[in-house]
Amino acid sequence: MKTIAQSWILLALAGGAGCGVAPQQAPLPGQTPEAVAAATVPGAPSAPKADEYPVPPPPFSEGIYPCSFCHDMLDPNPTPRVLNNHDAEQPLRHGPGRWCYDCHNPKPMDVLRLANGTTIPFSESYRLCGQCHGDKYRDWKVGVHGKRTGSWNGKKEYRLCVNCHNPHAPHFKPLRPLPPPVRPAEIHE
Amino acid sequence: MTEDPSPPSRDALDSPEESREESLQQSTRRSFLAYAAAAAAGAVLASCTPEEREAYLQKRFRELSKEDVAKVVARLEAEYARKYGKPFKVGVEPAIPRTLFGYALDLSRCIGCRRCVYACVKENNQSRRSPPIQWISVLEMDKRTGVDVMESNLYYDPKEVPREGHFYMPVQCQQCRNPPCTRVCPVGATWQEPDGIVVVDYNWCVGCRCCMSACPYGARHFNWGEPHLPPEEANQETHYLGNRPRMRGVVEKCTFCIQRTRKGLYPACVEICPVGARKFGNLLDPESEVRYIIENKRVFLLKEELNTQPKFFYFYGV
Ligand code: SF4
Ligand code: SF4
Repeated sequence: MKTIAQSWILLALAGGAGCGVAPQQAPLPGQTPEAVAAATVPGAPSAPKADEYPVPPPPFSEGIYPCSFCHDMLDPNPTPRVLNNHDAEQPLRHGPGRWCYDCHNPKPMDVLRLANGTTIPFSESYRLCGQCHGDKYRDWKVGVHGKRTGSWNGKKEYRLCVNCHNPHAPHFKPLRPLPPPVRPAEIHE
Repeated sequence: MTEDPSPPSRDALDSPEESREESLQQSTRRSFLAYAAAAAAGAVLASCTPEEREAYLQKRFRELSKEDVAKVVARLEAEYARKYGKPFKVGVEPAIPRTLFGYALDLSRCIGCRRCVYACVKENNQSRRSPPIQWISVLEMDKRTGVDVMESNLYYDPKEVPREGHFYMPVQCQQCRNPPCTRVCPVGATWQEPDGIVVVDYNWCVGCRCCMSACPYGARHFNWGEPHLPPEEANQETHYLGNRPRMRGVVEKCTFCIQRTRKGLYPACVEICPVGARKFGNLLDPESEVRYIIENKRVFLLKEELNTQPKFFYFYGV
């Protein structure tokens, strides 16, 4: 019999997730399905220790979060399709074949869900991103991918992936550069 | 890259400097005054205020006793407070033991937005105009040719960066382990500190600009005019060897934000960079991000063939 976690992983794979998630094993006696999933998904990001990665609050979109405000009244629909209001507000441009429930928990909706079925708060979303972007996650943890501020020999503040990358369209937005230096010939004083 | 697990040793690299300094010590400004031009110099000094006379007669920073340092700091703080109409702190924090600062910049991330350039100007009290001084130069390069300083563009100004087909290479003082700039200074006004930061004593610099011609990275800048620092923009948190206000006729350069980093903070350019391309830490600490980068990423040094031994590492984070 398939566990709930297994079903979700299969669903994610069928949806084209293909993030290197390994096939699941049957639980050993006394083992919860979740423990099996966590133990057998290679690189499945484990829960951080308290304050291991201090991050600012997630950038929730006003009028959209909490999801449960609308979704408590709706049934989860796993079929990819055109979504009028969400497509207008936050069109999904995150590689081909993605769907909401690859990342969002179907119900209750105010949490995220890893491929192994574990639900996590938005403040730990890096664990979710890390499932596919393992190389970036590894570098982020040691402060090499992304911005880390604070003290080089003390406490450091991390950024959530989503503080810099819009999760629905993650490509970094171009910026207006600050002015170029003055050419020597233009200095008159 | 040569790794040096011991604290920075002064012998191999600095000995020529040390011995030359001994000979320099035999002819300090004070002794010069005492013998030769007592009359002429006396006449000049007689027209000075007591503060100006004190400043002129000040010894080199490294030769000052604790009491003299305190006096110099008090004099400078009073001078800046008068000049800028607000209180200043002139720090003299020494190097943190067992620390050798290193910097790493991710060329695969930098988008050339120049946020670092202006954060640096603000943090370090550079002259805003006539001429403006910037310690960081961001070079735009063509992806097809790769790193080519001669063909790079310092003045790019498109609506948006990064520009298609281009990458960006910020250049600033590389804090060389084997710095040619300090060797050529005829008066010993610039040197490498034990934490590896190359500093300038503005009160000792004679403005000959030998160091500027010796530096292969264009990292040193000269105050051709009276620096223009609007009082409302002045950063009051300073260090004697770093961002305290400068005067006309002296050379200045990036100090890895000595006023911040010796207190454990990251440099201002690290904190501002919107893409997190800038990394900083202690090269002697195996847990630091710079060590991780050197050990795990593709790293290169700018003009490595010159044996300046930069402590500034360019890398590809992808
Ligand atoms: S702020 Fe960062 S991205 Fe912008 S030019 Fe400087 S190093 Fe590059
Ligand atoms: S980059 Fe130039 S100014 Fe900086 S230490 Fe090297 S030679 Fe000296």
